[in-house]
Amino acid sequence: MDVVQAPLRSPNDIVLARQLVRRAAQEAGLSLVDQTKIVTAASELARNTVVYGLGGEMTVQLLQEETRKGVRLSFVDQGPGIADLELALTDGWTSGNGLGMGLSGARRLVNEFEIHSRVGEGTRVTITRWK
Amino acid sequence: MAEHIPILRIGEHLLVSIQVDLHDQMALQLQDDLTAAIQRHSAHGVLIDISALEVVDSFIGRMISDISGMGRILGARTVVVGMRPAVAITLVELGLSLPGVETALTIERGMAQLRAEEP
Repeated sequence: MDVVQAPLRSPNDIVLARQLVRRAAQEAGLSLVDQTKIVTAASELARNTVVYGLGGEMTVQLLQEETRKGVRLSFVDQGPGIADLELALTDGWTSGNGLGMGLSGARRLVNEFEIHSRVGEGTRVTITRWK
Repeated sequence: MAEHIPILRIGEHLLVSIQVDLHDQMALQLQDDLTAAIQRHSAHGVLIDISALEVVDSFIGRMISDISGMGRILGARTVVVGMRPAVAITLVELGLSLPGVETALTIERGMAQLRAEEP
């Protein structure tokens, strides 16, 4: 399967990440609404990686199973990590000056959502949207 | 150096048409430019055309809310026009329904909304 990696170091990388995910979502045959959802989720998570994770990278993977296609994205950083994941996934919770909708909102926009984080080591978020 | 989004003056109103994929710094720059322009022109209304935006995430959503709130405090009404249906669906699911932000489907209707309230 196609796998593409992209750095997430600066705010400009968030824009490039959105474009990359848009192309992958089109290639996977997602509807316009589903494309918009995963691109928006990617934008939220990419910003988290840049702003809170102090930079990292995104991996884009096109999925092809017998009966379905999809897009899987991973956002990985070696930043400070998240101490309380449950709290971080609550609507309105924010560690910075955001709206606190990024993580919880991104989770609502995709079919599968996985997060692993360790304080002092970093955070990995993986999301999947199926056609 | 941040790029600027052009702000056009039409009578007592300002028109902003966002035609590029917004990066965060541009969104913040627009906030500064627009509030300055409202004051400079004593604008009564602001139309923000987002029909070219394929994605509105929580950062851009907050920028839109903030501009609307800042405009109100400065005495100008803001109407956001042309949001794509897929963007509207995604925004609500994301948890942002942009409370307090006036919207219209097209620039014409947004302009009519602003003119209807003129003294």
